[in-house]
Amino acid sequence: MLRYTVKRLGSLLASLVVASLVIFACIEVVPGDPASFMLGINAQPDTVAALREELGLNRAPHERYFAWVGGLVTGDFGTSYTYRSPVSEIVVERLAISLPLAIYALSLTILVAFPVGILAATRRGSLTDISVMATTQLGVAIPNFWFALLMVLIFAVKLRWFSAGGFPGWDAGFLAAVKALTLPAIALALPQASILARVMRSSLLDTLSEDYIRTARAKGLTGRQALRRHALRNALIPVLTIIGLQFSFLLAGAIIIENVFFLPGLGRLVFQAISQRDLIVVESVVMLLVFAVIIVNFLVDLAYAWVDPRLRSRT
Amino acid sequence: MTLLDIHNLALSIHGTPILKGISLDIAPGEVCGVIGESGSGKSLTALSAMQLLPEGSDCSGRITIAGRDVLSMRESELCRMRGADVGMVFQEPMTALNPVQTIGHQVAETILIHEGTSKTEAMSRAAETLARCELPQSRFPLDRFPHELSGGQRQRVVIAIAIALGPKLLIADEPTTALDVTTQAEILSLLRRLVDEDGMGLMLISHDLAVVTGLADDVFIMKDGEVVERRTARTLHRDMTHPYTKALFEASGHQPDRTESRIEESILKVENVSRDYLLPRRTFLGAHPTMRAVDDVRFEIRRGECVGLVGESGCGKSTLTRAILGLEPVQEGRITLDGRDVFTEPDVRRKMQVVFQDPFGSFNPRHRVARLVSEPFHRLKRSATSDEVDEALTSVGLAPEDKYKYIHEFSGGQRQRIAIARALIIRPELIILDEAVSALDVSIRAQILDLLVDLSVTYGLTYLFITHDLTVVRSIADRILVMHAGRIVEQGNTDDVFETPRDAYTRRLLDSAPKLPV
Amino acid sequence: MTEEGLLRAALRSRNLVVGHLLAAAFAIGAVLSLFWTPYDVTELTIATRLQAPSAIHWFGTDHFGRDILSMIMVGAQTSIAVAIVAVGIGMGIGVPLGLAAAARRGHLLDETIMRGNDLVFAFPSLLIAIMITTVFGPSALNAIIAIGIFNIPVFARLTRGAALPLWTRDYILSARVSGKGPVRISVEHILPNVTNLLIVQGTIQFSLGILAEAALSYVGLGVQPPTPSWGRMLADSQTLIAIAPHMAMFPGFAILLTVLGLNLAGDGLRDLLDPRIRNA
Repeated sequence: MLRYTVKRLGSLLASLVVASLVIFACIEVVPGDPASFMLGINAQPDTVAALREELGLNRAPHERYFAWVGGLVTGDFGTSYTYRSPVSEIVVERLAISLPLAIYALSLTILVAFPVGILAATRRGSLTDISVMATTQLGVAIPNFWFALLMVLIFAVKLRWFSAGGFPGWDAGFLAAVKALTLPAIALALPQASILARVMRSSLLDTLSEDYIRTARAKGLTGRQALRRHALRNALIPVLTIIGLQFSFLLAGAIIIENVFFLPGLGRLVFQAISQRDLIVVESVVMLLVFAVIIVNFLVDLAYAWVDPRLRSRT
Repeated sequence: MTLLDIHNLALSIHGTPILKGISLDIAPGEVCGVIGESGSGKSLTALSAMQLLPEGSDCSGRITIAGRDVLSMRESELCRMRGADVGMVFQEPMTALNPVQTIGHQVAETILIHEGTSKTEAMSRAAETLARCELPQSRFPLDRFPHELSGGQRQRVVIAIAIALGPKLLIADEPTTALDVTTQAEILSLLRRLVDEDGMGLMLISHDLAVVTGLADDVFIMKDGEVVERRTARTLHRDMTHPYTKALFEASGHQPDRTESRIEESILKVENVSRDYLLPRRTFLGAHPTMRAVDDVRFEIRRGECVGLVGESGCGKSTLTRAILGLEPVQEGRITLDGRDVFTEPDVRRKMQVVFQDPFGSFNPRHRVARLVSEPFHRLKRSATSDEVDEALTSVGLAPEDKYKYIHEFSGGQRQRIAIARALIIRPELIILDEAVSALDVSIRAQILDLLVDLSVTYGLTYLFITHDLTVVRSIADRILVMHAGRIVEQGNTDDVFETPRDAYTRRLLDSAPKLPV
Repeated sequence: MTEEGLLRAALRSRNLVVGHLLAAAFAIGAVLSLFWTPYDVTELTIATRLQAPSAIHWFGTDHFGRDILSMIMVGAQTSIAVAIVAVGIGMGIGVPLGLAAAARRGHLLDETIMRGNDLVFAFPSLLIAIMITTVFGPSALNAIIAIGIFNIPVFARLTRGAALPLWTRDYILSARVSGKGPVRISVEHILPNVTNLLIVQGTIQFSLGILAEAALSYVGLGVQPPTPSWGRMLADSQTLIAIAPHMAMFPGFAILLTVLGLNLAGDGLRDLLDPRIRNA
C-alpha cells in the first residue's frame, strides 16, 4: 500500500510540474511581452517599462518560472495589476464560494446517483428502471446553465422562494449562505448525477452477472444479500473513475454557473481578469483549478486501492 | 433412500426447450457422474437442482432433495437449502471468488448466513474447513485475497465454501476443466476424500469420460437435453449399449491410423535456447529482476515426424513456441529451420505455420474466409489465387463456397479446419499445432486428428504438437518432449516415455492423467 | 448478421429511430438556413423587439427584433460545425495515438502517450478556452480548439483500451507469423474491430461538443456576435428572463433536443453494434 501511495505521489508531482510549465508557457511566453499585452497598444513606453520592472519581466524566462513556482509553493501568487492587491488574498476570498459550491454539488451528485442507480439496477426492466433511464437521459442532455436559468425563472421570479442570485457572504449565517448556493448546486449536480446514476446502474448490472455472484447465491445468500455483500463494492471501481472525472467538470461548470447566479467566485474573477487582461490573476486561477483536478485524481487513485486489494499488493 | 431424485425434468428458457425429461438419482455417499459434450444440458440440470437458473427459465417435472420438493419451495426456503443442504462448485475458479474479499470471509459467510454464530466462531470454523481442503492456516491465512492464490488453490477455496456446513449433496460442475493435469488429480482426490469422510452425495459433471469414470459409481450420459444411457462406471466400457456412448468412448481414446514416414534429416533445430523476462523492479531505482521462462532447451525435429511437446501451464511452452516462430527474441542459443536461423533470416519462416487453440479468437471477425486463409501470402509478397483458396478449403473438408462467409457462421470444429487451411495454404514444411484440439469436444477432436494425419501424408508435413493433454499426444506423436519449469526434462519415443518414464516429473504427470477403463 | 437484418434491427430500435429523427431535424434546419431563413438574422428591427411567439414569429423575437426561429436555424450551423470539427480533431489525433500506444504497450511510447493524456484530462475544455482567449481574444476558433484538444485523450484512451485485448488474440499472432508489422496489423486487424466503438463514442462526443460550445459561447469565450449561436442567445436572454422568457426557452430546447437526439442515437448504435447484445 505504501509503495502504491509513493508511486502515485510521484506521478502527482510530475503532473503538477508539467502542468505548471504548460500554463506558464501559454500565458507568459506565447503573448510575447506580457507587460505591453496587459496595458494595450496605447500604453506609454515608460508605463510599460515600469510594469516590466514590477513583474520582473527583465529576467530570463526560466528564472521567472522558478520565481513563479517558488511563489506558488510559499503562497505568494504575485500582485494583481488591476486589483492592486495580492492575488492570493483575492483568490482565497473567491475560493470561499467556489469550493463549497463544488463540494455541495458533488455531494448532491453522489447522494442522488447512488440510490437511484442501485434501485434501477435491482429492478431492471421495471417501470422504475425505465423512468430512471428516461429522466437521466434528459438530465445528461440538458445544458446546466440553461437549467439554472429555468430554475431562476421558476423559483426566484415566479415563486420567489430563492433570490435570483448574489451571495450574502458566510458572515450572513451558514443557512443563508447555503441557501444562496442551493440552486447553483442543483443546476451543477443534475447532469452529473444523471451520468453517475447511469454508470452505477450499468456497472452494477455487469457485476451482478459475474461468476462470484453465482457462488454467493449457491451459498444461500438472497439476491439482495448478494448485491449488498458482493456486488456493490466491486461495482464501485468504475464508478470511482467517473467521480474523479466529474470533479473537473464540476469545477469548470461552477465557473459558468457562477455567471448565471452572479456569485462572486473564481469564475467571475477569471472572466473579469480576462477582460482586463490581468494575466497574473488568470494564470493563478487556472493553476489552482488544475491543481485541484490533479489532487482529486490522486485521491481517486488512493480510493481505488482501498476498494481493490489487487492494486494494493501489486509490486 | 435417495438423496437427490430428479424425475422427468423438463426445462425451457424463453420458450426454447433445453432439457427433455431428465431422470437422475443419487444416494448418500455415492458419486454420480454426468457426462456430455457442450450443449448437452448437463450444467443446466445441476442449476435446476439448485434453482439458480437464468431468467426466463421454466421447469417442470419433479426434483426432490432429501425428500423435499425443490420446485415447490419458496425463494426463502431455497436460500436456506442452498449452501446448507447442497453445496456447489463451479468450473472457473479464477472468477468464482469475489476479488475484493478475503478467502476467510468468503468461507465464513456460508456459516454466518445459515447459523447465527458469532463472527469469531465462523472464522475459526472457516479456518478448519480450509485446512480440510488442504489449505492450512500456516501457509494460507484467512486474510489472503483470491488473486494471491493459484487456480488450484482457488478451487479449494470454492470447495471449502461449498462444504463448510457439511451439506448432504455436493454438485461439482466441471470442477477441474480449467486446471492442469496434476492439479486436477489433486482436486479429484480431495473430492473423493471429502465424500468418503462426510458421506455426502456427489454429482460430478464433466465432458471428460476418463475423469468421471475414474471417480464415479454411476454414470449418466447426456446428449441434447436427454439422458441417453445410465450405467455403473466401472463396467461402462463393457455394458454400454447406446450408440452415442459408444461413439463418445471411441472418440475419447481415438487412435488415428498412421504410418511412420520419418526421414533422418532434421528440419528444426533448437540449440541451447534460453529466454528471460524482465519483472517489475522491486525497489525504486533497482535493476529489473529476471525470470527464466525457457532454460537451455535443445531438441531437433526430423522431416515427416510428429513431435509432441507436453507440459502444464506456465512451463514455458508458449514462450518456446513464439521463439520458434521468430516472434520473440531469445537471450541465448540458436533456432534454425532447414539450417537457416529464424531470427537473422526471417525469410525462412515461410516454411512454417501455426494453428492456435481458440477457435473463436483465431480469426478477425470482420474479414471473409477467403481473406483470412490467404493472409500467410503476405510473406510471399503476393496474393492468393482463387484456386489456391479453393484447394486449401477443399483439403480440410470445407466447400470452396465457404470462402465468401464470415467466421461467425462456422462451428468450433469448422473454424479449426479453417485455421488448418490457413496454415496449409502456402505449403509450409512444418506446422506448429498449439493446443489445436484442446478446446474441441471429443467427437470433433477425433475428426480433426484424423484430418491432421491425412494431411501430413498428402503434403509431407512435419508437426510440432504442443498440448497439455497426454491422451491426445499419445495417439498422434512419434516422439515426445516433456517440459517442466522452462526445461525439457525428458524426451524419447512416445511409447518408451509412456511405458518407462525416467524423470520424476514425467512420472507424476503420467500418474495424474485420468485413464479410461480398458 | 446480414446488412438487411441489421437494417431491420435498426428500424426496430426506438432509441435509434427517435434519436436520428431529432438529430436529422436540426441538421436539416442548419442546411436549410444556408439558403433560406424565415427572416434575415442580420436585420435589426427595434419596432418588433421582444415579441412573444405568434403566427408571424413562431418562436417570437429577441431584444433587437430578430426572429428567434431563424436564429436557431442559423445557430444550428454554428453548433454542428464547431462540434464536427472538434470531434474530427479528437479522432484524427486521438485514434492514431491510441493505436500506437496499444501497439507498443508497456513501452516508453505507450507510457508517454498515456501520461500526456492524463495531463490533458487535468485541463477541462473551459480552462483551455480561458487560456487561449486570454492570449488571443475570444472567437469561435477558440471553442473548436479547446473542445478538440479535450477530445484527443478521450479517443486515445478509448482506442487503446479497446485495442489492448485485441492484441492478445490469436489472429494477431497469426498475422505476425505471416510477417505483418505493427502498423499494418493496427490498420488491418485492430482498427476495423474498434470502429463500432469509435462511431458510438463519436456520437456521444459530438453531443458533448454541442453542449460545450453552447457553454463557451454563453460565457463569451466562443462564438462572437453577431454570429447567432444558441449559447449567446441564452446569455442575451438572461437579463430579460422575467419579461421575455421565450428568449430563454427556444434556444434551450434546441440544445436539449439535439443533444438528446444524439445521445439516443449513440445508445441505439451501441446496442445495435455490440455483438454481445446482438447475439443474445
